[in-house]
Amino acid sequence: MNSKALDSTATDATVAVAAKPRRTRGRAGKQLTAGPGTYIILSLVTIVAAFPLYYTLIIASHTNYEMAQTPPPFLPNASVFHNIRLALHEQPLFKAIVNTVVVAGSITIGTVAFCTLSGFAFAKLRFRGSGVLLGLTVATIAIPPQLGVIPLFLLIAKLHWVNHLQSVVLPTLVSAFGVFFMRQFLANAVPTELLEAGWVDGASTFRIFRSIVLPIARPAMAVLGMLAFLAAWNDFFWPLIALTSRNPTVQIGLAGLGSGYIPQQAVIMAGTLLCTFPVLIVFALLGRQIVGGIMQGAVKG
Amino acid sequence: MTVLAGSGRRAEAPPARQSKRRLGRLGSRAAYAYVAPFFVVFAAFGLYPLLYTGWVSLHNVNLENLHHSSWVGFHYYVALWHNQFFWNALKNTITIGIISTVPQLCMALGLAQILNYKMRARTFFRVAMLMPYATSVVASTLIFAELFGRDYGFINWILHFFGVHHINWTNGSKWQSQTAIAAIVTWRWTGYNALIYLAGMQSIPTDQYEAAAIDGANRWQQFWLVTVPSLRPTILFTIVISTIGAMQMFAEPYLFAGDGTTNGGGQHQYQTLALFMYQQGWTNFHLGQAAATAWTMLILILVLVGVNAALARGRSGRI
Repeated sequence: MNSKALDSTATDATVAVAAKPRRTRGRAGKQLTAGPGTYIILSLVTIVAAFPLYYTLIIASHTNYEMAQTPPPFLPNASVFHNIRLALHEQPLFKAIVNTVVVAGSITIGTVAFCTLSGFAFAKLRFRGSGVLLGLTVATIAIPPQLGVIPLFLLIAKLHWVNHLQSVVLPTLVSAFGVFFMRQFLANAVPTELLEAGWVDGASTFRIFRSIVLPIARPAMAVLGMLAFLAAWNDFFWPLIALTSRNPTVQIGLAGLGSGYIPQQAVIMAGTLLCTFPVLIVFALLGRQIVGGIMQGAVKG
Repeated sequence: MTVLAGSGRRAEAPPARQSKRRLGRLGSRAAYAYVAPFFVVFAAFGLYPLLYTGWVSLHNVNLENLHHSSWVGFHYYVALWHNQFFWNALKNTITIGIISTVPQLCMALGLAQILNYKMRARTFFRVAMLMPYATSVVASTLIFAELFGRDYGFINWILHFFGVHHINWTNGSKWQSQTAIAAIVTWRWTGYNALIYLAGMQSIPTDQYEAAAIDGANRWQQFWLVTVPSLRPTILFTIVISTIGAMQMFAEPYLFAGDGTTNGGGQHQYQTLALFMYQQGWTNFHLGQAAATAWTMLILILVLVGVNAALARGRSGRI
């Protein structure tokens, strides 16, 4: 604990005397201070990461003719709203967004609930076959989605679910990665002594789960929820098979926009912008947590 | 012990390890109830389809006529062997896979190294790196199809300053279009992998760097002698995940041409295995052939992952 406090004072000190590249003492070789070169490289990478999204906005607000000028335009303008309206005319993108919120929301709730329950069991309960079951779960991460789509398609065809949202929600409700992620988190974060104390006091397993495990698991559940939502929002292969452009998710609507015959590129890009914007807003608000979650998952995984 | 004393977080390790013990006395029957929801859905929508695909690949099943199937043995696998487009797709998948993952992972490693420096606005930079990852594969492919446009695309506009004119990225030579597709993959995933490496770097004990510094290693040598060897498990993890991802690549080649077909370019320049499989099943309505392709993909993935793991183990002699 003390050494952590020391660390943070050392941090402040290092920031105060920043821009001394050869500080190998103090925070040791690992935590070198960034020089101007680092900032230049990182700024360039940031530009490369952000530019295609900005350029989408530019194309979305210009006609093909305007884009063909030399030099090409570098500023957006208000005709982007007109083009978004045209894109909505081509594909039911509003319906697609509502559909995707429903689909991704259900998948997120299901994934977090199922993965927390089974992650807890794998982390803290002893039962026969747990090793085999966990191994089986982890191994399925390597299985490509292409292997499942044919029988799934036959199944939803038999149930008359083609073009209905539940055909996209149900197969995606569980995530092998999520189970592993929650198991790794709970194994370290929940002290077994606490669970034993609860058991000695006569609490049921579910009571222990609800009042001890859940509060501790909340941050990891939030991270898993964000990752599940993002994955569901961006999923393409299975929705492409299960749905049609009459009842699409965002990605299916976008793909229809991209492969249809639309002479003005601005319309395609306006639709792309409309469908990417909600995710980027969420990302701007929760970016820090998502970054933390991915890094946490990486260390544990 | 020296490792444990490395930092504040590590010093807390012993009690954490103790708490890793599992509750033995809680009834095992209860435990099954907790894993049951996952495994019921998983069995219905994960395991059963996997096995059923194997069955379909050995039968003559047609989308038009689901109930009349007949046993055809390994007919579809033999047909694949003789299908030039299967071999083309396999080659494309491998070349796109290599040119999209190797530079990507190298850049991610370098990026992680400098993201690990002490700096201002570090959260801003980390979030910015991850923005492409949040952009869907469909959106990124449509955007890059514009950027790579032949006549008025931004990338050709930049290239004309260097005397290169009108490269036909979407429908030109194999190398041109595959490079463009690799660029999409690299743009989307470099930041994500950099964050994974960064997480790995932060768990390397500082005293290893101190020892290297005392021995006179400079920054560059420390990177190669301490960082890279310590990151080996993380690097292996990203290679395996990228390999699996590359073998399944679908949306980029499907949408890049913008013509709505499943050919992957006019001359199948970038038709991948996943796209070929989709074409067999949902353009040609040949489910058996598609199922055989899917199983072939799984076998290839398992072989490639095995080779990766063996290579990594052979080179380091441990892990």
